[in-house]
Amino acid sequence: MLVYTLKRLFIAFLVALTVSLITFSLTYVAGDPATAIAGEAATEADIEYIRELYGFDRPILIQYAEWFLNAMQGDFGQSFYFKLPVADILFERLPISMTLGVCAITFAISLSIPLGVLAAMRPNSFLDRLALGISVVGQAMPSFWFALMLIVIFAVWYPILPTTGSESWEHFILPTIVLGYYATPAIMRLTRTGMLEVLGSDYIRTARAKGLPQHVVLFKHALRNAVIPVVSLAAVQFGFMLGGSIVIESIFALHGAGYLAWESIGRNDLPVVQAVVLIFSLFYIVLTFLSDLLNAWLDPRIRVG
Amino acid sequence: MKRLLAASALASLAVVSAIPAALAGKADDTLNIVWERELENVDFYFNTAREGIIFSRLTWDGLLYRDPKTMDYVPLIAKSYKWVDDVTLEFELREGLTFHNGEELDADDVVYTYNWVSDPANGMKTPSNVNWIKTAEKVDKYKVLVHLKEPFPAALEFVSGTLPIYPKDYYSEVGPDGMGLKPVGSGPYKVLEVEPGKKVVWEKFDGYMKGGPKGTPTIGKIIQRTIPERNTQIAELLAGRADWMWRVPADQADRLQSSGKVQVVNEQTFRIGYLTMDATGIVADTPLKDERVRKAISHAIDRKAIVEALVRGKSSVVDSACFPSQVGCTTDVPKYEYDPKKAKALLAEAGYPDGFAIDFFAYRNRDYAEAMIGFLNQVGIKVNFSYLKYAALRDKIRAKEVPFAFMTWGSNSVNDVSAITSHFFGGTNDDLAQDPKVQELLNKGDTTVDLKAREAAYKEALTIIAEKAYWLPLWSYNTNYAFSNDLNFTPTADEIPRFFNASWK
Repeated sequence: MLVYTLKRLFIAFLVALTVSLITFSLTYVAGDPATAIAGEAATEADIEYIRELYGFDRPILIQYAEWFLNAMQGDFGQSFYFKLPVADILFERLPISMTLGVCAITFAISLSIPLGVLAAMRPNSFLDRLALGISVVGQAMPSFWFALMLIVIFAVWYPILPTTGSESWEHFILPTIVLGYYATPAIMRLTRTGMLEVLGSDYIRTARAKGLPQHVVLFKHALRNAVIPVVSLAAVQFGFMLGGSIVIESIFALHGAGYLAWESIGRNDLPVVQAVVLIFSLFYIVLTFLSDLLNAWLDPRIRVG
Repeated sequence: MKRLLAASALASLAVVSAIPAALAGKADDTLNIVWERELENVDFYFNTAREGIIFSRLTWDGLLYRDPKTMDYVPLIAKSYKWVDDVTLEFELREGLTFHNGEELDADDVVYTYNWVSDPANGMKTPSNVNWIKTAEKVDKYKVLVHLKEPFPAALEFVSGTLPIYPKDYYSEVGPDGMGLKPVGSGPYKVLEVEPGKKVVWEKFDGYMKGGPKGTPTIGKIIQRTIPERNTQIAELLAGRADWMWRVPADQADRLQSSGKVQVVNEQTFRIGYLTMDATGIVADTPLKDERVRKAISHAIDRKAIVEALVRGKSSVVDSACFPSQVGCTTDVPKYEYDPKKAKALLAEAGYPDGFAIDFFAYRNRDYAEAMIGFLNQVGIKVNFSYLKYAALRDKIRAKEVPFAFMTWGSNSVNDVSAITSHFFGGTNDDLAQDPKVQELLNKGDTTVDLKAREAAYKEALTIIAEKAYWLPLWSYNTNYAFSNDLNFTPTADEIPRFFNASWK
């Protein structure tokens, strides 16, 4: 087991390394960072000067190796754009994305799993249709539009919630709803399908025949089995919410890491892009790892296998 | 019981949330401004953003100040100034000025700032703003000489616009990083707080000079927040949590105006649009090499219609390769009226009666570009259109891979022709025309101190550019400013909002 874990960790490390190497080269291919840093009004001499100042005239591999060695020591370099250490910027912005991600996935799970279970209990009933409706709307509605509607309702018509910034917990209510709702349909439908399948199986009939109360059948016997693929999906969704909340972060002016990454790409701010990509890919790797562990705990067969 | 608990929890949540995060506006003498851009380091010498210029006008003063109405250079930190000769400027300083931290402002600070920023080793982000300075020299406590490398008549423009004076003791101690987090200046507002890229808080500087050209600030506090999404900015403005925003798109501006909840004012900017054409064939052997083809293109596009339908506001058609208010810019050049028949005739004369196909590039205002493509189609010119990011397109142009493009230039708010015409026709890598006569005339204009002679040289150059149709200048740009009904605010054509001149009604 220890060997297996170590092996996995090593592979994870390789994946992170490859991802960062690819991003490094891609950002380079996309445009000359010196032109981007110099800004719109720069003359050609200005740009040439910046190219030398930042060392962009050296081979890419050497630039990458230098960055990598420093990153290993926790030094992600200085942002070309902000002229501040990348670590400081990330330290300020990551918690915002993390908070939003955790709130949103919690919201999504606590909405979608009960809905999925309810829908599976009475297939094709009004409840099922309602749950289906909620999920279809969530999937079809563009999140930027939903976000703007919420802003219009809760900030312009009935000004009871703040819309921009991240100073207090209230600032996270609207973004959480929008981001969480976006992830709800997939989780709900997977729960519903899983529950339907499990509820039709023999051991559930046996459990019912034994006279076990409904909630024990549902939550102890059925859900535990039905939820296994949901855990994997939720882990992926969570990773997506951490890095992919760009639209939400920009609409609600949250200044999180997702938006930072997006803007930094446009500004060719290589050190920031590099660090964010590395950290997000690490998140994904850790999340997948954790979801495997969780599944193993839920299903002894995986542990043995 | 459970229900009751849930209901009261919800109710209390609503009550807690109803407490506004921050009171805005006139009531607590705080001007809340929002803009889109995450300002990099607020140290003026280490950012290239327009928002950086706004920041610097609030926080720092320069030796001179360009009056936004008359465009004259008036003394600010300086009490008076004069040209000693073509390469020497003398400034006499006001006495008794202090920085926000109490440090006295005298010749040492001026000399230090000028010498520090003009030293390439210090890594100024826009060297062309300062590379005309040879050195600055202290004569006495309140008198400074600035020596130029060569005659440079546009120097005053830079003295007044891009050279804020820094406190010597403080800056030599903390450097750009420290200045970026805790800026200290002598301007009308002092900075209380900087959250990089997110928020800046200023407070009125009570020790600010009396009777200066920038006036006396009246609003107590200014808070700037960065909101990347324009619709959110509008929502904040309508909800009264923001008092000022800019760059409102034309369609939204109409609706905001008619809501009656805010004021919307439109003003021109220094930015102009233009079509650049590969006249020398340096990119490829295209029909654009033929002057008649370039003239045909100039006649084919109805610029006036595009201005009226799309650009709107105070924008107008521009005929010469500069913004009309810029020193040395003349509008008295050959003009190309919209005349598709003439365009077709010119094309036929050049040997393209059925038109031709060409690559066409743009990086902003896709709708304007598409309107122009429509006009070109009507005379038979088909284009392969590519829409790129600015940096990528500019690199491509310099690499001589772009025969035909829709570009724009804001001159960095510099009110002098040298910031645009000389930039694009003066023989640099950005110069696609490479016309030696134009280059010579522009060089003469750039280095002649006598204004009449300067203007004559520039006029001749601009006339040749128009005659040969190297560029088709298109139109000036404009910005919509939307702000609270409680606020007195007047936008200026140089696109630098001056909040120190704003006041509550």
